[in-house]
Amino acid sequence: MAQSKDFHIVAETGIHARPATLLVQAASKFASDVTLSYQGKDVNLKSIMGVMSLGVGQGADVTIKTEGDDEEAAMAAIVEAMGTEGLAE
Amino acid sequence: MTKNFKGIAASNGVAIAKAYLLVDPDLSFDKKTINDVTAEQARVDDALKASSEDVTLIKSKAEKNLGASEAQVFEAHLMVLADPEMSGAIKQKIADDKVNAETAVKEVTDMYISMFEAMTDNEYMQERAADIRDVTKRIMSHLLHVSLPNPALIDEEVVLVSKDLTPSDTAQLDRQFVKGILTDLGGRTAHASIMARTLEIPAVVGSDVATKEIAAGDLVIVDGLTGDVIADPDDDTLAAYQKKADDYLAQRAEWAKLKDEQSVSADGKEFVVGANIGSPKDMAAVLDNGSEGIGLYRTEFLYMESDHLPTEDEQFEAYKAVVEKMGDKPVTVRTMDIGGDKHLSYWQLPEEENPFLGYRAIRISLDQTEIFRTQLRALLRASAFGNLWIMFPMIATLGEFRAAKKIYVEERTKLEESGVKVGDIKLGIMIEIPAAAMLADKFAKEVDFFSIGTNDLIGYTMAADRGNDRVAYLYQPYNPSILRLINNVIAAAHNEGKFVAMCGEMAGDPIAVPVLMGMGLDEFSMSAPSVLQTRSLMKKLDTTKMAELAKQALDAETNDEVIALVKEVTQ
Repeated sequence: MAQSKDFHIVAETGIHARPATLLVQAASKFASDVTLSYQGKDVNLKSIMGVMSLGVGQGADVTIKTEGDDEEAAMAAIVEAMGTEGLAE
Repeated sequence: MTKNFKGIAASNGVAIAKAYLLVDPDLSFDKKTINDVTAEQARVDDALKASSEDVTLIKSKAEKNLGASEAQVFEAHLMVLADPEMSGAIKQKIADDKVNAETAVKEVTDMYISMFEAMTDNEYMQERAADIRDVTKRIMSHLLHVSLPNPALIDEEVVLVSKDLTPSDTAQLDRQFVKGILTDLGGRTAHASIMARTLEIPAVVGSDVATKEIAAGDLVIVDGLTGDVIADPDDDTLAAYQKKADDYLAQRAEWAKLKDEQSVSADGKEFVVGANIGSPKDMAAVLDNGSEGIGLYRTEFLYMESDHLPTEDEQFEAYKAVVEKMGDKPVTVRTMDIGGDKHLSYWQLPEEENPFLGYRAIRISLDQTEIFRTQLRALLRASAFGNLWIMFPMIATLGEFRAAKKIYVEERTKLEESGVKVGDIKLGIMIEIPAAAMLADKFAKEVDFFSIGTNDLIGYTMAADRGNDRVAYLYQPYNPSILRLINNVIAAAHNEGKFVAMCGEMAGDPIAVPVLMGMGLDEFSMSAPSVLQTRSLMKKLDTTKMAELAKQALDAETNDEVIALVKEVTQ
């Protein structure tokens, strides 16, 4: 059963600045597929260029899905990365 | 075969070493149709892997030489190389279109580059386009089996030869191995030249032909004293230059003896010879060269090297570190001079037709007063730890000075009322706009000191950009028009018993120094490596004679006439 979670981006820079790399690094540690959805577009959260191309700014609402054997651990790592970077709530 | 040519002498000393060409190799290729898709995809994997290995090595070198924050850009490069979507798209293209790896890499990376470049409202994303371009070059070099220059990996003594050197290129240089710098473009006051002088690396710039005439591995002589360049010298020439290099080092050792002496003329008049800095990191050179003060602390680097507006505490720590190291010697801090050619990645200034005549320096500070107040509070707090002076850049009118001073007094009063200790601060202005130079007598009644910023003063007086080669001839520091403005400022200040410093390139220029001594300039502030040379020059000159020289120079007609006058008197 895939995991899905909504985030409200609060960081002033959105997620195209440096915090984006930390999200990608967190996602890349897992075997599961990790998808970031924003305004109807889906990108692979393991792709720095995919994530940056969405141009997610402050105040945006995004959804992250993880699917695969380690999907729960992957989601937990992403929630943690979002929290420690003060990116989203 | 020996080759001779000449450029602009930009940083003193003589370097003799093998040439290291910092020039992009030919990365052109033909679009080909391929049959073996798997083999072509494997070439992509190999090139990505080899590129990641390069970047990992460069990153660890950069961390060691420059620190973690400078090395961060390479982390971004590694992430691009590891991007599964990008490598997936390249391999897909090979499978679908049956094209060679080079073509697929180019088409996919071009797509990303144009996507990021299209985000014109976002400087950060545009910089990422530059990252992808860098990374693509590296992947291509591995596909084509040509080697890319890696300045961070130089591990033998070299003369660096390139078209131009950006400040970030210069920042990557390892002082231990880079013995000389030689470029096609640039002038004496370009950032690369200033940096070369700070690092004390002999440099010749603006040679036009260096990258064409010199091949990698050629033995090159770079004479930063005259601008002469000799490639593949014969034995006699080599021996002569080896002697010149040694003589220069011996002279430097002679100057070094003046380190703890006061700057004083032959007839006993005292001057202050200070140094210009951009960050606390520059303090080692300041102290090694026996500077009697800091005449210019450029605080904008605090803003430019950060990814956010520096906080009051971050600024306080930087200012405190500098004033503490200087003890009771004065440290003149210039409030932020952003705008013009200095940008911030995290705070976009409005696009302007003429940024040098636009929203910059004190004009921003008086508009964005919260940023200004933060800086003033940090300075006020740091002033308790040494002898700190504050000056405002780009002042054109008395109204601007009064407005800035009012804010300063408000912040000072607030801090003092809350029990914070504040030092005895002198408050002054930069004289770099001709309007302020003309009205110096009125300003002199209200400020504690002036500091003449000659680079901008010359630029604004001549209406010429020193970085523009076509009009560079108008950068004439000794033109009597400039000298008269300077003389007017010095006389006006002294009339009110106020102190006058100069913190532009001109203050350490051996042609200008005798004239400025004659005019009675109080402080000469320059890049640290010029301090001892200037002190040595001052010792030989008599101020009464220099006053006579200054009078003649003010009455001269041209820049060249002044040069001739100075040479006649001082030689």
